[in-house]
Amino acid sequence: MVSYRDLLAQAKAEIDEVDAVRAKDLIESGDPVIVDVREQDEWDEGHIGGAVHVPRGHLESRIEAAAPDRTRPVLIYCAVGNRSAFAAKTLLELGYVEPVSLAGGFTDWKRNGFPVELSAGLDARKRARYSRHLLIPEVGEQGQLKLLDSKILLIGAGGLGSPASLYLAAAGVGRLGIVDADVVDESNLQRQIVHSTERLGEPKVDSARRTIEALNPDVEVVAYKERLTSENVDRILADGWDVIVDGADNFPTRYLVNDASVWHDIPVVHGSIYRFEGQVTVFKPGEGPCYRCLFPSPPPPELAPSCAEGGVLGVLPGIIGSLQASEALKLALGIGEPLIGRLMLFDALNAEFSDVSIRRDPECPVCGEHPTITEYIDYVEFCAGTREPA
Amino acid sequence: MTRIRIPPTLREEVGGAREVPAEGETVRELLDDLMAQFPSLRRQLVEDDEIAPFVNVYVEGEDVRTREGLDTEVRPGSTVILLPAMAGG
Repeated sequence: MVSYRDLLAQAKAEIDEVDAVRAKDLIESGDPVIVDVREQDEWDEGHIGGAVHVPRGHLESRIEAAAPDRTRPVLIYCAVGNRSAFAAKTLLELGYVEPVSLAGGFTDWKRNGFPVELSAGLDARKRARYSRHLLIPEVGEQGQLKLLDSKILLIGAGGLGSPASLYLAAAGVGRLGIVDADVVDESNLQRQIVHSTERLGEPKVDSARRTIEALNPDVEVVAYKERLTSENVDRILADGWDVIVDGADNFPTRYLVNDASVWHDIPVVHGSIYRFEGQVTVFKPGEGPCYRCLFPSPPPPELAPSCAEGGVLGVLPGIIGSLQASEALKLALGIGEPLIGRLMLFDALNAEFSDVSIRRDPECPVCGEHPTITEYIDYVEFCAGTREPA
Repeated sequence: MTRIRIPPTLREEVGGAREVPAEGETVRELLDDLMAQFPSLRRQLVEDDEIAPFVNVYVEGEDVRTREGLDTEVRPGSTVILLPAMAGG
């Protein structure tokens, strides 16, 4: 029979250990993945900066997501260097080339006066609320903290803005700005699910705020009860947004959002809908095309189709607006392949997605090499009398 | 013969069809044939003998403006999509 001491001695004989001073050198020169294998409450009280938290009980199942490259050095630590010794042995068995255990652990690290990062971590309530995010390696606690710290601006609290705002709020985006000048109208409720019958006549930004705050009190709603114009766009964008979700219902606003986003360097998740069909793409300044690369100028007013005239299947904005929310979350988290340079088309009648590639136009009047548009253009109102975001 | 996909915003001009067959070996020939069949499409698609700035034409998923514009070759059986700007939200 072997005792705990025997097991520990065996593990330590098989692995490499470093003391705190050498661990610090390794971090500064070797670019290791730093893995903290302690429990949640220990991690919350402070940890080594840049470390990922993989409690030892989840080590085997989660380490590949945290450290996909097995040839990259891994520095493992716990409180005093015992759990990390066992963890290092496990990593050797999993084929990691250079796992090293911090002898003396976090205790020795602190005793040397080395920097400690206090957990701005999630409290128990937030960990419960966002637990399904925390389980996804690409999100995790750091990702959730990022979302809680992110700021997303929605243009329009209508068909697209409704599902987008609900999912972004549920996901725990810390600050949601909403720009809309309209009030809730009966004809909105067939699709604008952030509002409700009892809110008829209420400003949409107030109605949306009530729904969002009831859904998730972690979210701060910044309401702009105004129509986006060349006069207010700079002020609103200067409030500091990471991502814009464009759910406007008219061309003047679409072009205003585009030009402003290029000049303020903010990515735009674009969505539009008509009857049974929708389009989604991401315009990221500097990395891909902008709206004007795609459509240099709006159609003349008499040719511009409007949703209020053409109608829209109620659930369609639910699909397109949710895709926009998904793209916005990816941008906020910095994960995945955003829809940059691709325009995704959805046809509900055929239940069909397709996409076409869209390119940056070097001659683009706004984001091209020699821009010819350098100030905002107020295009003629297209949908007179039908101003509500469809 | 090539089938041109008609976007929802232009379907009323073609009697509600989602796709319309047209003949032509280039985008120009194809659009000329389409507009001969449905003359009211012209103002929606063409401006100053060029593709209007508020419309995109895709052949095999590529914007013809990034290829040879109206002279872009269209092989039989290619997917051709007309895509006007759409603002609804």
